[in-house]
Formats: sequence, structure tokens, C-alpha cells
Amino acid sequence: MSSGEPNLARRPDGAALVIALVLAAIAAVIIWQTSQMRVPPIQARVGPQVFPYAIAGGLVLLSIGTVISALRGSFPAREKDNYGPMLWIIGGLIGQMLLLGWAGFSIGTAVLFAFTAKGFGRGPLWQTIPIGFVLAFAIWFIFSRGLQLSLPAGPIERLIP
Amino acid sequence: MDTFGLLANGLSAALQWQNLLYALLGVTLGTAVGVLPGIGPALTVALLLPVTYKLDPTGSLIMFAGIYYGGMYGGSTTSILLNTPGESASIVTALEGNKMARKGRGGPALATAAIGSFVAGLIATVALAFLAPWVVKVALSFGPADYFALMVLAFVTVSAAFGDSALRGITALFIGLGLGVIGIDLQTGQARLAFGIPDLLDGIEVTTLAVALFAIGETLSIAASRTQIKEEVLAVKGSVWMTLEDWKRSWGAWLRGTVIGFPIGAMPAGGAEIGTFFSYAAERRLSKHPEEFGHGAIEGVAGPEAANNASAAGTLVPLLTLGLPTSATAAIMLAGFQQFGLQPGPLLFANNAPLVWSLIASLLVANFMLLVLNLPLIGLWVKLLTIPRPWLYAGILSFATLGTLGANGAMSGRLGPIPFSFELLILLAFGILGYGLRRFGYPIAPVVIGLILGPLAEQQLRRALAISQGDPMVLVHTPIAITLYIIAAAALLIPLYLRLRGKGAVLQQMAADED
Repeated sequence: MSSGEPNLARRPDGAALVIALVLAAIAAVIIWQTSQMRVPPIQARVGPQVFPYAIAGGLVLLSIGTVISALRGSFPAREKDNYGPMLWIIGGLIGQMLLLGWAGFSIGTAVLFAFTAKGFGRGPLWQTIPIGFVLAFAIWFIFSRGLQLSLPAGPIERLIP
Repeated sequence: MDTFGLLANGLSAALQWQNLLYALLGVTLGTAVGVLPGIGPALTVALLLPVTYKLDPTGSLIMFAGIYYGGMYGGSTTSILLNTPGESASIVTALEGNKMARKGRGGPALATAAIGSFVAGLIATVALAFLAPWVVKVALSFGPADYFALMVLAFVTVSAAFGDSALRGITALFIGLGLGVIGIDLQTGQARLAFGIPDLLDGIEVTTLAVALFAIGETLSIAASRTQIKEEVLAVKGSVWMTLEDWKRSWGAWLRGTVIGFPIGAMPAGGAEIGTFFSYAAERRLSKHPEEFGHGAIEGVAGPEAANNASAAGTLVPLLTLGLPTSATAAIMLAGFQQFGLQPGPLLFANNAPLVWSLIASLLVANFMLLVLNLPLIGLWVKLLTIPRPWLYAGILSFATLGTLGANGAMSGRLGPIPFSFELLILLAFGILGYGLRRFGYPIAPVVIGLILGPLAEQQLRRALAISQGDPMVLVHTPIAITLYIIAAAALLIPLYLRLRGKGAVLQQMAADED
């Protein structure tokens, strides 16, 4: 959680301005998409459009509030983050996602496991991928055979009847 | 039938051997996952929900009750043996409990937390059983407009009343509300904000969002942080048994903690951690050994732990009787009910009484099992705490994706020739969102609550307006609704005033960070 100390060093806070912009953009998308809906006139009064418009309106107000907050520097102070480890983890998640469909749960999850460990400074990959594979295969066996969860199977999983 | 009869029926259902087995499984899994550092009760429940999908509703909810209570026990073990700053749910327990463990009194600290949680859980669950029928009776007279007002109140207290910034709290809530709109509108059957993607027509899964925000967001922000906290697991030395002196100092604190915690949890307000702060302050004032506070006073563990458990049982009052989740954990439990097409609320009590009462009874059973299981197994839980962080987070992410795939494993996305799971793509996107929320000091719980409560609030709003034929005055037509709006306004404005007066630090401490 944040430290709550006002962040006077960054005034105006650029990142906070970006957040305000994103909020306004979300509001614009909601309004645009909702206005595209074709609603029969009988439902028009309290139809499915009221709530999305209200939320979009709220988001516009919050975006303005965020701009003010950014100008006053009232966002909590934050340290500089290390993006390298994050990229390993996100890479692991994407790798798993793309492998699951044809290589199966165990291989895909082994990649996620090893890349995450790498993000936390544990390697090398040629050691951690096999560890992850053994673990993921055990998980697959317990959950898909024991608890009947439908988990993606690849060539290796299909060897198990 | 009176409450005793219903509860007895529930107990006889919960004590069937297969239900006992489900409770035991839930309690063990819940404790094992909850004890892992960085995993609070909300994430425990979200990670383990898919495991219960294949059971029948009663068995699943009984297992779920075990997971819920087990996750809370596990959390307190972690905070005593491993000083994890920043997790507000157990920050008070860590304050004194970790000091006790440092002095070699970790055993008694764990014991007083476990027995205190048992006492509080027992009393609070019985209180829930007796309070719930009354609330149901009142709730049956509520109209759609009253319900809408109640939900507005919950929105305000969950997002704006606590934490260090009302702006960021409400922004988090509106992100959740916006996500709640996605999918088919239940009343007209029209698609909203689906962008032509078939997978979005069913809406965003609450468990996917919760797992993404809590597990993936947390993992990313810990991996990215430059200040690597050196965590040190304290060994449990000596006896786990409490001395006579410990008992004497604990029992009053347990009862006071229960009395403080339960009403706070039971109010449709959220922020269950406040009870632990009040309890700590009360114990400090009443203690005969005030000099020990800050250096490992046993009352400082006993009271807040009891308050924490009592208010967790208390949050089940609004959840079961009104269908109103006031914590992230309760929001995920509501999703668990919805999985079986059940909508908690007064009608569930009327139509599905055996199910509700066997759930309440199984909370009692789970509570008892935890007491019997936990102290002998303490050595095992300590081992789980010493897992090195690379393996721990690699494992957490593997399980997070496992749960998501278990809930929806369809390979419906396609990137060129490669099929992929759209649900995992959503998990990744919200994981990055969770990292961003943490980085800029936005609270997480309002997003989850907004997602699940938003569509319910919309339903009540439209029902109210349909009855009045579009006249918005119907929303402030009953005394109940007006009272609720006044309380909501107070919950919004009083903290705002306190922050302007420079007293925001107190509110920030009470921030409902995780649950």
C-alpha cells in the first residue's frame, strides 16, 4: 500500500495526468458504444443505456478530479520500479497462453513457472523449465484426473490414458 | 421452525460423513494456501473456488466455508511468524505477535490467536444464526428503491470512507462498475460493451478479476520493487501451550474482541479491519501490563485476532440476508453462490433454507476442525513459510492460471494458427491493471465489489424506475431509502472533513487493503 506522503517533488505529476486521460478515454468508449445500441422505444426510458451513461459521467468527473490531484501533487510518492523482472513474468504468462492450446498444460505452465522464477532471480532456465514441467504435470494429473477439471492436454498428457 | 430447530437440521446435514470430508478438505487447503506469504483470505478463496465447481451446491458451499475460515487462520500464522508489513488485515496481529515470536513466545502467540479465533468464530457464527432471520424479516419489506439505496451506501463505505483518498477509492469502484456493464443485459438481452467479441457476452468473471488483481498484480509489483524486503521466518521455540497467566490475560480480550468485531462486520459497511484497530486500542487501555504493549503483549494478539474473525463472520450477515458483499472475500463468495444459480438474499433463506443452514452449521464445524488441526500441524505451516520467493511466486502464478483454466478452459482465441485461452488474456490484462492500481495507491477491493454489485444495483434501479414509470422521485420515496442516503452522505463527507483537517492518517491506517 502507498505511503500516503504527498509527492511534492513531481508537480504536476505526469503519470497521474496519463491516468486522468485513460479514465476520460474509457468514458468516451462507453458513451460511444452505448450510443451505438439500438434500443426499441418502449425500453428507452429506463433501458439498458441509463447505467452505462451514468458510469461514463462519473468517470468524466473522476478524470477531472485526477487532473486536479495531479496538479496539486497529492498522489503518493513512489519508488522507481525495475521493469526487467516484470517483463520476464509477463513474458511467461504470454508464453504459457500461446503454448497451452497445442503443447498442453504441462509444457505451457513449465514455461510460466521458469520465467517467473527467473523474474525473481532464480535460473538458469534449462534447470527451472524441467522442474516446472514435473510440477505442472503433477498438478495436471491431480486436477484433471482427480477433480475432473478440464485442462488443456497436449501430446504428453495424451500418453496418460 | 425456530432458529434452534433450523440450526440443528443444518448441523445434522453438515455432520454427514461426506460433508465432513469436504469441510476437512476445505479447511486444510484454505490454511495451506492462506499461510503462504502474500496470499490473503480474498485470494485464497478466489484461487480455490474452481476446485469446488464439480461438487453439488451444498458440498461446494461447505468446502467453501472451510476454505474461508482456514484462509483466515493461515493469515494470522503468517503475520505472527513473518512480520509482513502492509497487509492491513493482520497488521495489528503482526504488531504484538511478531514481537512475541521474537522473544521465543511464538507458540503461545499462535495458540492465543487460534483459540481466540475459535471462540470468536463460535460466538459470531451463533450470533449470525440468530441475527440473520431478523434481518431477513426486515429485508423482505424492502422495495427495489430501498435495495438500491442500500447498495449505494455499500458503494460509498467500501470505496470512499476509508483509505487515504476518496478520489482513488471511488475511481477504483467506477472501474469495477464499468467492467460490470460488459456482457448481455439481463433484462433486454442486448449486448453491451462487448465489442463484437463472443467471449465478452457472458461478462467478466469475478474470480478471474480477483485472481488477476490480487495474485498477478501483487506478483508483478513485488518483482518490480527495488527495495527487496528481507523476510525472516521465526522458529517456534518451546511449548505451544499457553501458561495459566496467558489464559488469564487472553480470555477477556477474546470476548471483548468478539463484541467489537461482530457488529462492525455485520453492518453493511465494509472495512472489516477497523474492528482489529478498535480492539487493539481497547486492550491497550484496559491492560494491567500497558508497558508490554509494543514489546509482545499477549492481549494485543488475542483481542484483534478475535475481532478479525468475529467481523469476518459478521460480513456473512449482509451477504446471506441482503446479498450485499462488503469485502472482496464476500464478493468472491457471492460469485461462488452465483455459480450454482443461487442469489443470496432474503429469498434464499425462504426458498433454500436447508442449504443456508447447513452452510452456517458447517462454519461451526470448520471452526472446530481448525482448532483441532492447527496447533498440531504448526510445524508443517512453518515449513510452507520458508519456501524461497522465486518458487513461491512461480507456484502462485501456476495455480492462478490453473484456476482460471479450470473455470473456463475454452481455447476460443486465435493468433494466426495458434489457439489460445481468451480467459487467460483477460487474466493478464487485469494483472497489469492490478499492478498499476498498486503502483499509484488505488485500493483493490472496490474494483471487485463494483464488478459484482454493479449489475445487481442496476437491476434494482431499473426495477424501481419501471414501477414508477420513469419518475426518479421514487428513489427517495420511502423513509428507509432516505435514511440510507443520509448515512451514505455522512460516510462520504465526514472522512472528507477529517482529511481536510489533517487527520487523514488515521483513515489511511484503516484502509481496507486486501479484504
